Amino acid sequence: MTGNGQSEPVIAVTGLTKIYGTRKVVDDFAISVPRGAIYGFLGPNGSGKTTTIRMLCGLLTPDAGEGECLGFDIRTQAERIKEQVGYMTQKFSLYEDLSIRENLDFIARMYRVTNRKARVEQALKDLGLADRAHQLAGSLSGGWKQRLALAACLIHDPQLLLLDEPTAGVDPKARRDFWDEIRRLSGEGVTVLVSTHYMDEAVQCDFIAYIAYGKKLIDGPSAEIPAQIGLVTYDVEGPDLAALEARLKAEPGVEQVARFGASLHVSGTDKPALEATVERLKAEGTHEWRLEKAGLEEAFIYLMAGARDNFAGAGAAAA
Amino acid sequence: MTGIFSFARFSAVLVKEFIQMRRDRVTFGMMIGLPLIQLFLFGFAINADPRHLPTLVEVNDDGPLSRAVIAGMANSGYFDFAGPVRGVAEGEAALRRGDANFVVVIPQNFERDVVRGRQPQILIAADASDPTAIAGAAAAMSGIVQVAVAETMTGPLASLAGTPPPFSVAVHRQYNPEGRTATNIVPGLLAIILSMTMVMITAVAIVKESERGTMEMLIATPVRPFEVMLGKILPYVFVGYVQTIVFILAARLVFNVPFEGSLLAFTIGFNLFILVNLALGFLISTAARSQMQAMQLSFFTILPSILLSGFMFPFAGMPGWAQVLGTAVPATHFLRVVRGVMLKGGDVGDVTGNFAGLFVILVVISIIAMLRYRQTLD
Repeated sequence: MTGNGQSEPVIAVTGLTKIYGTRKVVDDFAISVPRGAIYGFLGPNGSGKTTTIRMLCGLLTPDAGEGECLGFDIRTQAERIKEQVGYMTQKFSLYEDLSIRENLDFIARMYRVTNRKARVEQALKDLGLADRAHQLAGSLSGGWKQRLALAACLIHDPQLLLLDEPTAGVDPKARRDFWDEIRRLSGEGVTVLVSTHYMDEAVQCDFIAYIAYGKKLIDGPSAEIPAQIGLVTYDVEGPDLAALEARLKAEPGVEQVARFGASLHVSGTDKPALEATVERLKAEGTHEWRLEKAGLEEAFIYLMAGARDNFAGAGAAAA
Repeated sequence: MTGIFSFARFSAVLVKEFIQMRRDRVTFGMMIGLPLIQLFLFGFAINADPRHLPTLVEVNDDGPLSRAVIAGMANSGYFDFAGPVRGVAEGEAALRRGDANFVVVIPQNFERDVVRGRQPQILIAADASDPTAIAGAAAAMSGIVQVAVAETMTGPLASLAGTPPPFSVAVHRQYNPEGRTATNIVPGLLAIILSMTMVMITAVAIVKESERGTMEMLIATPVRPFEVMLGKILPYVFVGYVQTIVFILAARLVFNVPFEGSLLAFTIGFNLFILVNLALGFLISTAARSQMQAMQLSFFTILPSILLSGFMFPFAGMPGWAQVLGTAVPATHFLRVVRGVMLKGGDVGDVTGNFAGLFVILVVISIIAMLRYRQTLD
């Protein structure tokens, strides 16, 4: 399925299922992640992203399914997997009442890192926190907490990074820095699995799996996602776009209207219907219409919009 | 239209409060359960004038008068005669172990000495380590003697039935001759203080980890659950040691409480007790979802430690069912160890039964806690 199939996949699981009570939180999930890839998990809240990540690193035992992570069986060799995985939780989960250095040192001890003292000092220096190492972790701002959490995940040089919504509540600059770091790690051969809500982050991923309701709806290289959905998009420019937007939403074939700067992107999956509508409006001559290649952005807006209905339909019980 | 008091806003807060009250099951249970438990304990179990206290008797002279005295004691309801003893040592040992609260000694040639007007003495050795437990019974003695005399001193002996009575009863308050409250309460307080702090601190420390989300991070590392538990609990064993040492020093230097018995017996006892409390705290942590709940549940376990252990009210005065419940409370056994060792000069042999009690409780609690503890986040 992927281009660089020369090496064994880092994660290869099939049929992964987790049931809470009567609810299938994750349903028959399969994925194959090549080494060094950045794999994005997208989907609304409660869609099972966190549960899936937790099953992959041995925090949860799957009710069904099997597979390997880093060459170890996810059902029986969780302890071995944990040694080579860096897992960054959604919520800041280091000790707020320990200092930055104490936290890093504690995590390093958990993984029995060799040459621990030097490794911790190096991490502090890389973080740029060497002179604030004695400060309590709880007193850091959101962005710094996130950087510290990432440094803690990396202290044992893991092969695989599992990041569960790592940039929630972090400002755009810090998010960009964070992604630069993720790119660099990926370049060094670290495999990264990241769940996110942000489109600009999804665009950074090499592969995307879209999950809703514990089911994987779409999975593939990010560049192929729009084609997989089969979205046709027109770019419209001209006066009074707000009025046009309201009008377009009622037109046949138009499934999505999104504002992109000074233009509207009008998309739909029913190509003939959309074309007919566009031809009719073009004839009015008020706006300029141009057929566009559907990008990831449109694809994600489309997916998110569809998933929201899905989500509301089955109740708001989050996993 | 912003009035000073809006009924709509007020009732919204009111309704919200009731909804939240209903959601928090543990707190709700405490609100209903606690008053009920208190009601039943205070109402039925607690008896400040305990009757049916186990009593042993050493009969060195068996005649109508001694039988009348013993029958009178039994009829008073205060004394339950559990059997005879032979010799002083046997009686002493029974008192020290807590098997009996009283040992009655009828002296040799008692009847003959009464008839000859020699004013013999019946000796009652009483366990005064809990003064309230024996107060009522001791006070009832003079009346019992008078009745016994009136019943038996008839016919030719009627002349002896005047005042003063032809024999006397001496009550020896052992282990706490002055009947000081501090001597009774202070050793017992160690049991209460240890259970209060140990259970609560352990439960809260463990729950804190999952409440703050740091448990998820811990479980994601290769650390084994046993390593986490041991590492988390051991510091509190140390806290328990510090508490005990400070306590013993204060008891001796400030409250003049004696320490008569074996240090070894005491050490075994408090180590066992600390372990039981840590296990209990661990068990609570598997049930509580927040630190608040852990506090409430810990408090819940402390009530029986105070009310049913014999700390505040005499154990022997409680009805049978309450005594059975009390036997399942760790503090009951530790309290007996502390009083037995500190006040009565007991050694390991005297408190072995209580060690066994603590050990059984420890095993049961640990098994339940281990079964409930989950190694993953499931």
